[in-house]
Amino acid sequence: MYYLGLIVEYLKNYMKTRLTYRADFWVEVVSDLLFQATNFIFILVIFMHTDSLGGWSQNEVVFVYGFFMVPFGVFSCFVNLWGFSERYIVKGEMDRVLTRPAHNLFQILLENIDPPSLFGSLIGLIIMAISGANLGLPFEWWTIPALILLTLGATAIYTGIYTTLTSLSFYSDAPTGILPLMYNIQTYGRYPVTIYNRAIQVLLTWVIPFAFVGIYPAALFLQREEMRGMALLTPVVGAVFMGIGLLAWNYGVRRYKGAGS
Amino acid sequence: MLGAYLDFIRIRFLTMLAYRVNYYSGILIYSLNIGVNYFTWMAIYGTGQSLGGFTASQMTSYVAVSWMARAFYFNNLDREISTDIRDGSIAIQFIRPYNYVLVKMMQGLGEGMFRFMLFMIPGMGIAMLLFPVELPTELSSWAGFLVMLFFSFLINSQINVITGLSAFFVENNEGMMRMKRVVVDLFSGLIVPISLFPGWLSSVLEVLPFQAITYLPGSVFTGRVQGVGIWNVLGIQVFWFLVLLIPMVWLNHAARRRLFVQGG
Repeated sequence: MYYLGLIVEYLKNYMKTRLTYRADFWVEVVSDLLFQATNFIFILVIFMHTDSLGGWSQNEVVFVYGFFMVPFGVFSCFVNLWGFSERYIVKGEMDRVLTRPAHNLFQILLENIDPPSLFGSLIGLIIMAISGANLGLPFEWWTIPALILLTLGATAIYTGIYTTLTSLSFYSDAPTGILPLMYNIQTYGRYPVTIYNRAIQVLLTWVIPFAFVGIYPAALFLQREEMRGMALLTPVVGAVFMGIGLLAWNYGVRRYKGAGS
Repeated sequence: MLGAYLDFIRIRFLTMLAYRVNYYSGILIYSLNIGVNYFTWMAIYGTGQSLGGFTASQMTSYVAVSWMARAFYFNNLDREISTDIRDGSIAIQFIRPYNYVLVKMMQGLGEGMFRFMLFMIPGMGIAMLLFPVELPTELSSWAGFLVMLFFSFLINSQINVITGLSAFFVENNEGMMRMKRVVVDLFSGLIVPISLFPGWLSSVLEVLPFQAITYLPGSVFTGRVQGVGIWNVLGIQVFWFLVLLIPMVWLNHAARRRLFVQGG
């Protein structure tokens, strides 16, 4: 209850800051969508030169991309750790957060909440609907519950990975530049992982499981029998990686000694 | 005066050196990027022999060279500048007796030199072990590539400075910076070589500066573009370097008059 109240207060606060920079809201929505559009161009360009990518048709790959956008939008809205080390460790804001009663990670996430990202999720759903209709995918009773469950699982995977990586900044005094480097990799989980060699498949499935935020869960809706087991594993992988992320974070916070003045 | 600017290069280089451990993970991540791109392209090639003028083996070299060039020319000047603007420290920097933009470029160069020695060269070594990369053997190609690479850095940094300075006009340019990052990666030919884009789009991209960052140097170096030689590419790069100076200088000038500090 206490945490719910906090969410409401932070959202109110968010609205106030946002109203100060009103035009900015739309700039961000548009730039988010353009970002997605550029990735989309890549898929379209690929299929100008081939009919299938590892046995997957254009509509199927586009559908996977649509699915990928949904958890990614949710993740970008609620988990924004990009400037963490810069803002909270180098500038010392972590000290302020730690003196308050609510869990520190929860506060940091709320302080950086970013609702415009949810537009991406909406576009993703539309892309899924269009390409799904092109493919003649059936709409079953379990489609919506499965979509929600897999989205939550995928979002948990993102959160786990990025929390783990961000918590590295508690251990090294240097601003870690790993997050930007990871940025391109997260998109690779959208392509049929079977085209990669074994090492990369294992990496994208079990080490940095970005395949679980794109191709595996989307395969369930595409009725790809061979990936059904993996799709159903998504929430489990999500729980595991979320757990790792929280452990690494809490352990890191205990090691935190404060920096600067 | 020149000595002061050279010191900015040296200081940034040493700062980066102090944090070098971060970059060992970077080499692995870049190798992974090359690997994933390599396998994606091989899947696209299938049994086909040539796409957009690239044979499969030229594509492999192109992907490796492009990513490793990015390891050198990439920097976060846009983010640094917009942070300076947002926390107000740019006011102090503006009254110091140096040119703010030039200092940023020098710092970017210091970072680039660090990335060249501790990121690009070892990374290239690893990529050549893992993937069938074929590089030219003549010394002249290598010399030409290094000069082109330097211009890639200049043009990319100019675009970054312009994006960063735009924070003067849109207060929060987070969205612009994110967009710029993706546009540069895609339209510079890092992810898809420009000759593979549909005709209308590639002709649009040919009149934009982005191709001068990755596509042209990479194409010449991997022996793909026939007829377009090193001199031609250098000409295009110099052209864009000069053209991009105009908005950069203008923005810097206009920014001085617009400066209002948001807190701090």
